[in-house]
Amino acid sequence: MPRSIIPPTILIAIFFLLGLLVYVGFCIDQQFRSQYFSLGGWLLGIGLVMGFLRTLKLHLQQPNSIFANWLPSRQTEQLIGVLGPLVVLGLVSAVFAIADAWQGFEGNFWSLSSFRLIMLQTAVVAVAALGMTMIIISGGIDLSAGTALALSGVVLGLGLEAELPFTIAVFLCVLCGTFCGALNGTLISLMRLPPFIITLGSMTIFLGIGKMIATDGGTVKPPAGSIPNWISEMVTLFPSPSWIAYPLLPNFAWGIWFVLGLAVIVAAILHRTVFGRYIFAIGSNESTARLCGIPIAQTKIVIYTLAGFLVGIGGVFQFARLSQGDATSGVGLELRIIAAVVIGGASLSGGRGSIVGTLCGAAIMSVIKQGCSALGLANQLEDILLGAIIIAAVAVDQWRVRSQASQA
Amino acid sequence: MDTPPILNAAGISKSYAANRVLADISFNLSPGEILAILGENGAGKSTLIKILTGAVRPDSGTVSLDGHRIEFGDTARARQQGVAVVYQELSLCDSMTVEDNIMLGREHRRFGLLKRSTQRKIAVEALSKLGQSDSWLDMPVSSLSVGQKQLVEIARAIAQNAKVLILDEPTSSLTQEDARRLFDVVRRLSDRGLAVIYISHFLEEVRSLCSSYLVLRDGMIAGSGKLQDTPQSQLLKLMAGRDIEQLYPARQASSGAVRVEIEQLSGSSLPNQISLQLHRGEILGLAGLVGAGRTELLRSIFGLAAVHAGEVRLDGKTIANNGRPATRIRAGIAMISEDRKQEGLAQNMTIKDNMTLSHLKPYSLLGWLNEPQRERKVHELKDKFAVKTSSIDAPIWTLSGGNQQKVALARAVHQQGSVWLLDEPTRGIDVGTKAELYRWMAKLAEQGDSLLFVSSYFQELLATCDRIAVIAKGKLIDIRPTEQWTEHDLMQSAMQSTA
Repeated sequence: MPRSIIPPTILIAIFFLLGLLVYVGFCIDQQFRSQYFSLGGWLLGIGLVMGFLRTLKLHLQQPNSIFANWLPSRQTEQLIGVLGPLVVLGLVSAVFAIADAWQGFEGNFWSLSSFRLIMLQTAVVAVAALGMTMIIISGGIDLSAGTALALSGVVLGLGLEAELPFTIAVFLCVLCGTFCGALNGTLISLMRLPPFIITLGSMTIFLGIGKMIATDGGTVKPPAGSIPNWISEMVTLFPSPSWIAYPLLPNFAWGIWFVLGLAVIVAAILHRTVFGRYIFAIGSNESTARLCGIPIAQTKIVIYTLAGFLVGIGGVFQFARLSQGDATSGVGLELRIIAAVVIGGASLSGGRGSIVGTLCGAAIMSVIKQGCSALGLANQLEDILLGAIIIAAVAVDQWRVRSQASQA
Repeated sequence: MDTPPILNAAGISKSYAANRVLADISFNLSPGEILAILGENGAGKSTLIKILTGAVRPDSGTVSLDGHRIEFGDTARARQQGVAVVYQELSLCDSMTVEDNIMLGREHRRFGLLKRSTQRKIAVEALSKLGQSDSWLDMPVSSLSVGQKQLVEIARAIAQNAKVLILDEPTSSLTQEDARRLFDVVRRLSDRGLAVIYISHFLEEVRSLCSSYLVLRDGMIAGSGKLQDTPQSQLLKLMAGRDIEQLYPARQASSGAVRVEIEQLSGSSLPNQISLQLHRGEILGLAGLVGAGRTELLRSIFGLAAVHAGEVRLDGKTIANNGRPATRIRAGIAMISEDRKQEGLAQNMTIKDNMTLSHLKPYSLLGWLNEPQRERKVHELKDKFAVKTSSIDAPIWTLSGGNQQKVALARAVHQQGSVWLLDEPTRGIDVGTKAELYRWMAKLAEQGDSLLFVSSYFQELLATCDRIAVIAKGKLIDIRPTEQWTEHDLMQSAMQSTA
C-alpha cells in the first residue's frame, strides 16, 4: 500500500492553518473580502472533512484508542511540548490586550497595525533563530550570530556603495553569513573546543571586521535609490499588494511569508531527513552518535554553515529595516536569538527543540516589546519581563521533564 | 536458631498510579543472616529497598527494626535507627580522604563541629570491623581502586551503628578478586551479628555468600527459604516464573575460515601488540580483569580509540586506520558498548531512532526519510527481539536495562553486522533476558557470524565461548579452546602479569 510521505495528520493541520491565515487576510483587507471568505471556507472545509475521515479511520482500526485514553499518553505529551509555547504566546498576548483594554485602548495594542509590527519584528529574529535551533538541538551554541548578521548587512551596504547589481550584493551578503557559520563550524570540529568559546571569540572578531570594513564609524549608508523597492517591501508595514501571490495570502510584507517558508523547510530538515536525525543524535548523545558511525565533524560543519546561511538572510532583513549596514547593530542580538530558541522549549544541553517553539519564542519577545510600548511602560520593564519569561520557560520545561521521568 | 528478628517487614504494598509494584510483602531478618533478594529487573527489588531505607512511603504495611517502627519518608531517621545501604553507584567525594568520606554526613548530623581525634577513632574502628588496616585513612579516594572504594562505602555505612546493611548489586563493577575480598568482609560483619540484605544478579555469588533467599516476581514473593536446600534450577524458575531449563544454550563449536585477523594491534597505552584470529561461526571470549585492556581492544578495532601500530584485516582486507566507526559498520562490524547509558544508546531519543540510527540508508531518498517504511522495519525488529514497550516513539530511558540491551542488539542486527564486538553485554540485565541474549549469540554464530565476547564473568565465558583468550595489562596472555580452561586457570592467567 503506497502511503504519502506527508502524514495525513500534518496535511490536515496545514489545511487548517492555511484556512485560518486566509481568514486573517479577510479581517485585514477590505478590497478582497469575498475572495478571502470563499477561499478560507474551502480550506477549512477540506481540513474538517479530512480530520473527520482520519478520526473515523483510526476509530475503526482501534476502537478504543481515541476516546478511551484521554489521560496524557506519550503522543499527547509530545503535543503539549509543541503547543506549550503557543499557549504561552496566547497568554502573554491576552495579558497585554486586557491591560490595554483597561487603559481604554489608548495604546492600540489589539490592532492590526500593532499586529503587523509584531510580525515584522518577529521575522528578523526568527530567521536567524531557525539556524540557532538547529545548532542548539545539536548541543552547540552560536554567540556570534548577532555580529555575523550585522557584518552581513554591512557587506550588503558596501556592495551597493560599490554600485554592484543588487542581486549580487544580496548574494555576497548571504555568502558572508554562510562563511561566518562555516568558519565557526570548522573551528569547532577541528579544534575540538566548546562552541561557547569558539563563538565567543568569533563574535568579537566579526564585530571588529564589520567596524573595519564599514568606513563611516561602523555604518555604511548606500546611496539613495540604490535600494530597490522590493527589498524595502520585504519588511514594510503596509506593503502595496502589487506583486505577491495576492489575494491567495493575506497582505503582509513578503519577508514574513519568506520566513514562514524557511521555517517549514528547516522543520522538514529536522524531522524528515537523515541529516535531521543526525542533528538530534549528536545533541542527545555524541558518544552514541559516534558509535553509530555518524560523521560528527562533517555534520557539525554543515549545521553551522546552514545556520550561517540563515544568519546571512537575517542580514538582508536587518539591512532592509535599517536601510543601511551597521556593524554594531548586532551586538546583543545573539541573546535575543538564543532566547527565542530557549523560550521555544529547546534544551541548551541538546537533543530537544522545535521550530514551532522557536517561532513562538520570537513572537513572544516581540509581543512583550510591542505590548510594553503600547502600555507606555519603560523599556527597562520590557527587559525585566523578558528575563522572567526566559527563566519561567526553562523552569517549566525542567519541571515537565522531571515529572515525565518520575512517571517512568 | 530462634533469635528474634532484627528487621520485620509486614504486609508492604506499593502502587504507582495503576501500576502495582509491590503486593503484601512480609519477611523477617535475623541478626547475622545474609538474605539474598532475587528477581528480574522490574520485579520490585529497588522499590522494596527504597521502602526499607525510608525513602519511599508504602501504601500499606510496616517495617520495624529492633522493635521500633521505621518512619517512612525520612531516610536520615532510618539511617540513625540502623539501616545502612550501599548502592551500585558509588557516592564518594573523590577529592576527599578516606577518613573524611567515612565521616561524611555523620559529622554534621550528630556532633556538629567535631574534634579530629574523635573522628579518627570512629573511622579506624569502622575499618577494623571490616578487617582492614587504618593505613589508608589519609589517602584521597580518587587514588583507590573500585573495590577499595566500595569498602570505604561500607565502612561509612556501618560507622553509623548499622544493624542492617543493604548491598545493592555491589559486585557488578568489581573484579573477581575485589569481589572475593568484599565477600570476606560481608561474612566477617555477619559473624559480628550484622544482618545483611544482598541484591545481585549473580546466582553463583549469592549461593556462596548468602544463607537464605527471597525471590520477588511481579511485586510478589515468589518463594523464599534456605539457600542450601534449593537447587539452582528452582531459583531460576522462581525468578522467571517459567522454566529456564538452560541459562546457556547448548551448541557445538563449528568454526570455519578465518574472518578477522588482528595483527600486533597497539593503542596509545592499551592494548599492547595483540594478535588474534576470529573464525567464521565462532564465539571468542575475552577474559581479564577490569582495566586489562579488553574494552580498549574492541574500541581500537571499531575505530573509537586510536591505533598506533598494527592492523585489523576483515576477510583478508585491511581496514583503514581512519578512526571512523562508519567504515567498520559498512564492512559489517557491529559493536555493543559496555556503557549503555553514556554511550550505547541515546537515552532521550526514541526507540525508533536508536534502532535505526546507524543505518538510515535504506529509508533515505536523497536524504529524505521514508518514515512509514522505517516504522514498519522498527516494528518488525521490536517484535523479533520482544522489546517490551508501549510505543516505538517512547524514549529509551523508559525501558528496563534488559530491554535497552535488546534495542542495542536490534540496532546491530539492523545494520547487518556479521562480526560482533560485544563488550560486557550481559551487565545489569536480568536472568531471563540474559538467557535470551545467550540464545541470540548462539544463533548468530550458527549463521556464520563471528563474535568477540568480552566479559568479567568467567562462568558465562566458559559456558558460551568456543575459545577464550585472556588479556592482562593490554597483552594477550593465553588463548585456548574452552575445554582446556577452568575458572581457576582463567583467574590465574588474568592476574598473571599484575602480580
